[in-house]
Amino acid sequence: MNLWHQLIGSLPGEWAQLEFMRLALLAVLLAAPLYAVLGCLVVNSRMAFFSEAIGHAALTGVALGTLAGLADPTPAVLLFSALLALVIAWLRRQSAVSSDTIIGLVMAGAVALGVVLLSRGGGFNRYTHFLIGDILTIAPGELARLAALALATLLVWGLLFNKLFLATLHPVLARSRGVNVWAVEALCSVVIALVVAMSIAWIGLLVINSLLILPAAAARNLARSTAAHLAWALLFSFLAGVAGLLISFYAATATGATIVLAALLLFLLTLPFRRH
Amino acid sequence: MTGPTHHHPASCGGCCTQLKHFGVRLGEAAVLEEISLHVHCGELTAIIGPNGAGKTTLLRALLGEIPFQGELQFVHSGSNQQFGRPRVGYVPQRMDLDFSAPATVSDLFASVSQRQPLWLGLGRRARTEALCALEMVEGQHLLGKTLGALSGGELQRVLLALALHPLPDLLLLDEPVSGVDQAGMELFYRMVSQLRRNLDLSILLVSHDLAAVARVADRMIFLNRRVLADGTPAEVLTSPLVKQVFGMEFSEAEPGFVSRLPAHDSCPLPPPEARP
Repeated sequence: MNLWHQLIGSLPGEWAQLEFMRLALLAVLLAAPLYAVLGCLVVNSRMAFFSEAIGHAALTGVALGTLAGLADPTPAVLLFSALLALVIAWLRRQSAVSSDTIIGLVMAGAVALGVVLLSRGGGFNRYTHFLIGDILTIAPGELARLAALALATLLVWGLLFNKLFLATLHPVLARSRGVNVWAVEALCSVVIALVVAMSIAWIGLLVINSLLILPAAAARNLARSTAAHLAWALLFSFLAGVAGLLISFYAATATGATIVLAALLLFLLTLPFRRH
Repeated sequence: MTGPTHHHPASCGGCCTQLKHFGVRLGEAAVLEEISLHVHCGELTAIIGPNGAGKTTLLRALLGEIPFQGELQFVHSGSNQQFGRPRVGYVPQRMDLDFSAPATVSDLFASVSQRQPLWLGLGRRARTEALCALEMVEGQHLLGKTLGALSGGELQRVLLALALHPLPDLLLLDEPVSGVDQAGMELFYRMVSQLRRNLDLSILLVSHDLAAVARVADRMIFLNRRVLADGTPAEVLTSPLVKQVFGMEFSEAEPGFVSRLPAHDSCPLPPPEARP
């Protein structure tokens, strides 16, 4: 950690002299690959609405954590989001109703419940930082948690990648090759939910989903293979993250939303190269 | 024109897949019942029937997607007969695949044949095997192509090569040429025909295209919840029951009747028992 501070502190620029910026940069560098690889998954398996719903529904997790008397509601948010992901995965499997409708219902219900619980007595303003997020307040302890989550996520993702690929492409074909599609999809939903839920305090639940979607969608404009898709997504995710962080510092804007705008710009720049 | 007319007796001469008292219930309703079939090696058996006859259900049950009653086993030829569940290969409908994903043919083969994540590339052994499989469908040049860049016929040949790798006991073709142009369809069926002989494969084909099926199948089964007719395409298509269901008039005496069959799904009539 000291090495990190020395290394970044030696860079030119006012921001590099500030400890909170050095920590925020580390957070961005840890989170960017997560958003990139999970984003590719979300975009290819058309789960964008699912991850959006999980981000918004995290509000209920915050409310439940607060009601339970937790000073930091993060464990409640993680638990609630993971459970919700499993419920949605299960409902999609069981029900004949379209999964868009199911996710829409669950999202509306969870957001409403969260707002109702948090606004009791007119105190919702205390929680608006979950809407916008603040990566500049990230503490070393939180960074350690983020690093652990990143490691676990990349491990699961790497081990399941081929199965996920096949399940996304064609579930019946995947099952005919011995892939347990339901288990793979449920696990993947939970991982996405955990990463989204963990991120809302820093990025904000209004824009967190864009950070998953945009780098992967921009990468899809250029990629002609799975490996190229991942490589471009990683590049765009790092680029948008670092650029957004620095711009937000000098422009004094919310970091999460600034990163999203940088990613959106990358998407628009790659759009003309789309072949179809 | 009518294809080979040899027809094995009901006993299992060489190797074959046996269904005995095979049935599927969905809730209270019996979708399939009392299906007893021997699908012989080296033989292409086509399943025809009106919409809702249970053709897709049969394939799904054989794939292990839904539970069934009765017996399903593969019987090997040779001195010692061995029994077991058949290893099933599956060629899905073209329409069910997502073409917008940046996946290549190489990615597809990597996902089923190696443990290491496919973005690390196709391993050397897996590559050799994939090229061998593609050679059977004259598709070696397709290995590096993106799925979305393949023509309909090319994609179905790739999916056929994938289903033959590793070699299955029973190959299921589910409307394999829907959405494929005439030339692609003829090439596909020519390859299936050759492979059935060269590899001694047992193949079950479900298709609405009676004309094409009649040309390529060795044997035809008319299914409507039960097996209602079983024989050569000429026998089955001229049976009174089939004529009644498909609403067609053709005479056995005319050798060219097959070419006059409608080229596409044309079963406007409900199954016989549903009519007053």
